[in-house]
Amino acid sequence: MAGPDRGKGRSDAAAPVIELRGISKAFGPVQANRDISLRVMPGTIHGIIGENGAGKSTLMSILYGFYKADAGEIFISGQRTEIHDSHDAIRAGIGMVFQHFKLVENFTVLENVILGVEEGRLLKPSLAKARGILRKLAEEYELNVDPDARIEDLGVGMKQRVEILKALYRQAGILILDEPTGVLTPAEADHLFRILENLKSEGKTILLITHKLREIMAATDTVSVMRRGEMTATVRTADTTPEALAEMMVGRKVLLRLDKSPAKPGRTVLEADNICLTDADGVERLKNVSLTVRAGEILGIAGVAGNGQSHLLEVLGGMRAATGRLRMNGQDIALTGRAADGQARRAAGIAHVPEDRQREGLIMEFHAWENTIFGYHHDPAWQANALLMDNAAIRAEAAAKMARFDVRPPNPDLAARSFSGGNQQKIVLAREIERTPDLLLVGQPTRGVDIGAIEFIHQRILDLRDAGAAVILVSVELEEILSLSDRIAVMFDGRIMGERPADQTDEKELGLMMAGMRTEAA
Amino acid sequence: MERMPKWADVLLIPLISLILAFALSALVIVAIGEDPVNAVRLMVTGALGSTYGWGYTLYYATNFIFTGLAVAVAFHARLFNIGGEGQATLGGLGVALICLALPWPHWGLALPAAVIASALFGAAWAAIPAWLQATRGSHIVITTIMFNFIAGALLNYMLVNVMRPMGSMDPATAKFPEGTNLPTLHEVLAPIGINFSKAAPANVTLLIALAACVLVWLLIWRTRLGYEIRALGQSAPAAVYAGIRPVRIVMLAMLVSGALAGMMAVNNVMGEAERLVLNAVEGAGFIGIAVALMGRNHPFGVLLAALLFGFLYQGGAELALWTSIPREMIVVIQALVILFTGALDNMVRAPLERAFMAIGRGRG
Repeated sequence: MAGPDRGKGRSDAAAPVIELRGISKAFGPVQANRDISLRVMPGTIHGIIGENGAGKSTLMSILYGFYKADAGEIFISGQRTEIHDSHDAIRAGIGMVFQHFKLVENFTVLENVILGVEEGRLLKPSLAKARGILRKLAEEYELNVDPDARIEDLGVGMKQRVEILKALYRQAGILILDEPTGVLTPAEADHLFRILENLKSEGKTILLITHKLREIMAATDTVSVMRRGEMTATVRTADTTPEALAEMMVGRKVLLRLDKSPAKPGRTVLEADNICLTDADGVERLKNVSLTVRAGEILGIAGVAGNGQSHLLEVLGGMRAATGRLRMNGQDIALTGRAADGQARRAAGIAHVPEDRQREGLIMEFHAWENTIFGYHHDPAWQANALLMDNAAIRAEAAAKMARFDVRPPNPDLAARSFSGGNQQKIVLAREIERTPDLLLVGQPTRGVDIGAIEFIHQRILDLRDAGAAVILVSVELEEILSLSDRIAVMFDGRIMGERPADQTDEKELGLMMAGMRTEAA
Repeated sequence: MERMPKWADVLLIPLISLILAFALSALVIVAIGEDPVNAVRLMVTGALGSTYGWGYTLYYATNFIFTGLAVAVAFHARLFNIGGEGQATLGGLGVALICLALPWPHWGLALPAAVIASALFGAAWAAIPAWLQATRGSHIVITTIMFNFIAGALLNYMLVNVMRPMGSMDPATAKFPEGTNLPTLHEVLAPIGINFSKAAPANVTLLIALAACVLVWLLIWRTRLGYEIRALGQSAPAAVYAGIRPVRIVMLAMLVSGALAGMMAVNNVMGEAERLVLNAVEGAGFIGIAVALMGRNHPFGVLLAALLFGFLYQGGAELALWTSIPREMIVVIQALVILFTGALDNMVRAPLERAFMAIGRGRG
């Protein structure tokens, strides 16, 4: 596959700044990277897109010296370079901004920036020098951060800027960003992309790793697609479409738009009044949250991660005690005490697909068949007699469920951890949806799920809605909220900032609300 | 994709660990100037060469089955119950109280009563640490080990001040009445034509221990309670999600665990000593940890590991009797077995996994 700039001549500007040749890496039986070649031109934003597990992060970890490739060569600015650890990477001018920031929380921005590259025995001269450089960087690239603020007092967007500053301070000419927008509001993400544009115009090269097609289309010049450990294509972003990219990622045609009929809301299913929650650390997580959901509609709850949506879902699912009033089908439901647990919620007709399927929704070491009754294991249908469970019946039901939900491989005797993210999610969904609940709580239904399965999962949630169930959907993916929901509520700082019908709002308005602005003021 | 076949996990790894432990033990024996081949021969003939030896081996194994199962059940809820020693001590107290309370006419009546009493006492002793763990978060390892000491002191007090017969200088209870004396394996096996040693202490409690293995297996893998215990053990947040109440499960798992440890007393107090003496448990509670560890917390594994440790106990005693190898040497061998099968598990596991994966790749 020829890069877009190949053969333009021999001038230095046209030589790739990064060139990977035949990189392979296996973890045990899993071939994470297979014979990967990549050419990244200087002064461009180069996107790398692929599903979870396609090998993007492994490739970047090899480039940054965390893993050693089994085979292959790395050339930086035409020089063959051995990268054994991150020091080598930094020396070669590569900076990395991780998905999970690596900052010392109780240090200031300045201290974090110079950490590891202090000069001399005394800190003061280094700090003074860094302060000057930071000021310059801030002006050049819109990278304003208060150098004396403590990291723990900063928001996620700011922390990310500190990570970028760290890389620039180490004179990185190549910046790798791994899923940088996962924790950002749309406005913060836009700002980030402006910063990246500025960096590009100064001649820096940026590698942007993401699974979001929209970002690839908006920000990159060139995009490489990875699938199952292989680099399947490199194309100019201007020459491709989201649909074409999705097809290259998955290997088949994918429906990106949901075929959704208008909702026919019926009776009120759930009413929550003034739900308040203060956690063990004394932090108010939910502040007088009130909402209603009706049969046959999907209420989406948007918000930047950590603004109370998760806690709300846990309260509704019976995982946390709270104060306030909760009514389900007109009946009061306890929010505290013994009657407030997950068993009571299930008995009241509430099913729950939790946000973290590996920590909560599944027991990873249990067989798939054991997981298909998790939470419903008190159902007499699974008892062979008063004492023993009917494992044969459970196994048979599991096999049937796995067939209906297209779980691959359809083997109920495998441990839950042996399935991919998407298939794990299907096991959870099959369990919860097939109880035909009056209310389905869904948290991050497609987090870590491959594109192919996303389509399937969305369709099942819609089917349940059309069958007359109420659905509450919590997701940090705004696109998902917009495409699935009938109504959208936005949470910020434990409060509901407002509610909009899904067809009368857009990302911009929701983005402002997610940042804590009442839309009247916008 | 499993890293290696199950048989390798449950059989090959313990076997290799064991061989390594014995090899190292042989070196130690050589180092103190004795002949390791002779030592092995003595241990095997002493523990397995006669029905007398078997009688002792099985007697010790019975103790270890109970304490091993106790650790295993708790561990399925990720509770590390190292209070088996204290719970078995209290079980002994329960057995003694019930045996001395009534003029039992026949062991067939006394046995169920003693099983229940020992289980109740053992469970009660586990209940307090369990409650502290479940509601206050006091770490079960700390509290159960403290309760071992309290149990020892309590037994001391009871024997010296309450249960000692008038005029006796021995801190022990009176001999239990005739009607509580359990049949030994000699008496159990005689009707089916097997002539088992009369002198060995193995008794009918062995059958109860075997039944306990089956019941624990059913409990853990076939009942709803077992399902909930395993779920909580694997992931506490998931258990909360499913509406499993952690306090309830922690309590129940520890009660079952304590009851199993307590039931050991039926074997050593009622079956062997036929009276309650100081330090009756003799460390079997701690051996139970090694047994559960080696048996991978599976009742069948516990059974096999208990037999192994029974063999080591009896063989070690024989070794001390016939050679100048000190009895402490056997503690060293046991320690090496525990070290290799438990603590150094990964030392064997990692290379073996690599080997199996290499084979797998070669085939694939």
